[in-house]
Amino acid sequence: MIMQKRTLGLIFYFILLLLPIYWMLNMSLRTNADIMRVFTFYPQNLTLENYIKIFSDPTWYSGYLNSIYYVSMNVVISLVTALPAAYAFSRYNFLGDKHLFFWLLTNRMAPPAVFLLPFFQLYSTFGLIDTHFAVALSHCLFNVPLAVWVLEGFMSGVPREIDEMAYIDGYSFPRFFLTIFMPLIRTGIGVTAFFCFMFSWVELLLARTLTTTEAKPIAAIMTRTVSATGLDWGLLAAAGILTIVPGALVIWFVRNHLAKGFAMGRV
Amino acid sequence: MSLVLDKICKHVGNERHIDNISLQLEPGTFNVLLGRTLAGKTSLMRLMAGLDRPSSGRLLMKGKDLTGLPVRQRDVAMVYQQFINYPSMTVYKNIASPLKLAKVNKKELDRRVREVAEMLHIENLLDRLPVELSGGQQQRTAIARALVKDAELLLLDEPLVNLDYKLREELRIEMREIFKRRDAIVVYATTEPLEALTLGGNTAVMHAGQLEQFGPTVEVYQNPQSSRIAKAFSDPQINIVPARLVGGQLHIGTAASIPLAQHMHGLADGEYQVGMRANHLRLVQKSDEDLAFAAQVEIAEISGSETYIHLSNAEQSWTVQLPGIHSYPMGAAATIYINPSQLYLFTAQGQLAASTQTAARI
Repeated sequence: MIMQKRTLGLIFYFILLLLPIYWMLNMSLRTNADIMRVFTFYPQNLTLENYIKIFSDPTWYSGYLNSIYYVSMNVVISLVTALPAAYAFSRYNFLGDKHLFFWLLTNRMAPPAVFLLPFFQLYSTFGLIDTHFAVALSHCLFNVPLAVWVLEGFMSGVPREIDEMAYIDGYSFPRFFLTIFMPLIRTGIGVTAFFCFMFSWVELLLARTLTTTEAKPIAAIMTRTVSATGLDWGLLAAAGILTIVPGALVIWFVRNHLAKGFAMGRV
Repeated sequence: MSLVLDKICKHVGNERHIDNISLQLEPGTFNVLLGRTLAGKTSLMRLMAGLDRPSSGRLLMKGKDLTGLPVRQRDVAMVYQQFINYPSMTVYKNIASPLKLAKVNKKELDRRVREVAEMLHIENLLDRLPVELSGGQQQRTAIARALVKDAELLLLDEPLVNLDYKLREELRIEMREIFKRRDAIVVYATTEPLEALTLGGNTAVMHAGQLEQFGPTVEVYQNPQSSRIAKAFSDPQINIVPARLVGGQLHIGTAASIPLAQHMHGLADGEYQVGMRANHLRLVQKSDEDLAFAAQVEIAEISGSETYIHLSNAEQSWTVQLPGIHSYPMGAAATIYINPSQLYLFTAQGQLAASTQTAARI
């Protein structure tokens, strides 16, 4: 009996969570006129018109391409810089290492809006405004510290003796790092890549401010649906659904390691 | 051809990990570093390997100064206490990795890997990953990887400590065979006196970062230069009891005074410490010469096929090692006997005054 109550509670909670997403899916499969006219729990006149519009109109799908482009770029930059940094933090003692390590984390404590003005100024000076690189670089502000923390946790889980063993065997550092060490922390690298992806994918403020047309992210493009004729509900909903998909896909791959990642690799 | 440690010191912060150690190790010898945990065995090994840099002193190999040379450029192999293998590689690749880096040709590499694997009885596990092996097999893999390199210096840091009892005995006996036909300098760290005695070769007793005594194992065992060395090199621990020598009569604890035994002749009067190995003590009298100490049984501890009996005599705890399994009730009165010819005599400061070669049976 208790079991049943609990199950019922969970089902109710689940419905509550998924309702907005379902509602968006529902709207995305209907025309605007239909959305405004009748209230219905499922689309009666199913249409894929909204999706077709997004996939055929370059102003729409370029938003996705831009987002994916700068997000991937950011993941690569974050990993390439964080891997050596995390290795140094996990293996060496140097003056102020603990303070530096903590300072990295404090970068996540300030809202990105604080950095908006200097970023905009600097990037325009260097002619980087409206490039994918600008967005990818600015997102390193919060992704690199996070990546260092997560990777450091995973690296510290690998016994130091393995490093020494490799040196005794005659491995050079780069060879050891690539062929022995990286395979050992591949879970950590996967989880870190996921976190970088996620935070870069959902970030809107910096991405919107540093771009105008060429590298505009999908989240910014979605705000364009307000027009003289009102809101394009169906299209907006379809764009929303498509924005969820990449994140959901990536989560699927790291689902078994997420808990460890959230604990910064320290489980 | 030998490895020479010349006044090696290692300080970390204010702590002295290795304190002025000078040592010469010859090729083809088996050398045991014996000492308790924190005696500096691992620190010394890391210095020998080149993983750490000594704070002062020099390390010479065949007359060449190696101090400060990175470990990659040295000819060493090492086995750790933990089972350290490359988890992402199969056993075969693990063993082959040092040879591959040394650019040994394929045929030769294959031959050597299989030869070593056979020696360590892991030839049928070559395709497995380290996680799929038992602890003993993992350590065999690690030892195989160290052996296959044929390095001039082979360091084994308590390699058997994390294995269960049976496996340890098995590997310990094999170890002696494996290292017999090698020209390398083998250094083997252990906390167990029994292991040092089984493995033979030379023994260096370490204490608090200092080298206490170095020599052939049996000689060190028979003539421990101080009571501290005797304590480190006996298991169960040697019983040390204060004694006084007056006019040719030795008064030991509660026992009656006895005339000096053969090996004690020529000692000056004064305060001494008497060392009695637990395996020399008995609870039955064997000859009229035997010293007798009245004592009370505290506990009888059975270890394998032996019994350690802890007794108290004059506020002091004694350990008697008896072969076979015996049970003694707690608090029972017992008499401890020892033949005077088996006594070690140390000065009040702990320096060896007299020992008996013939008495030292393992």
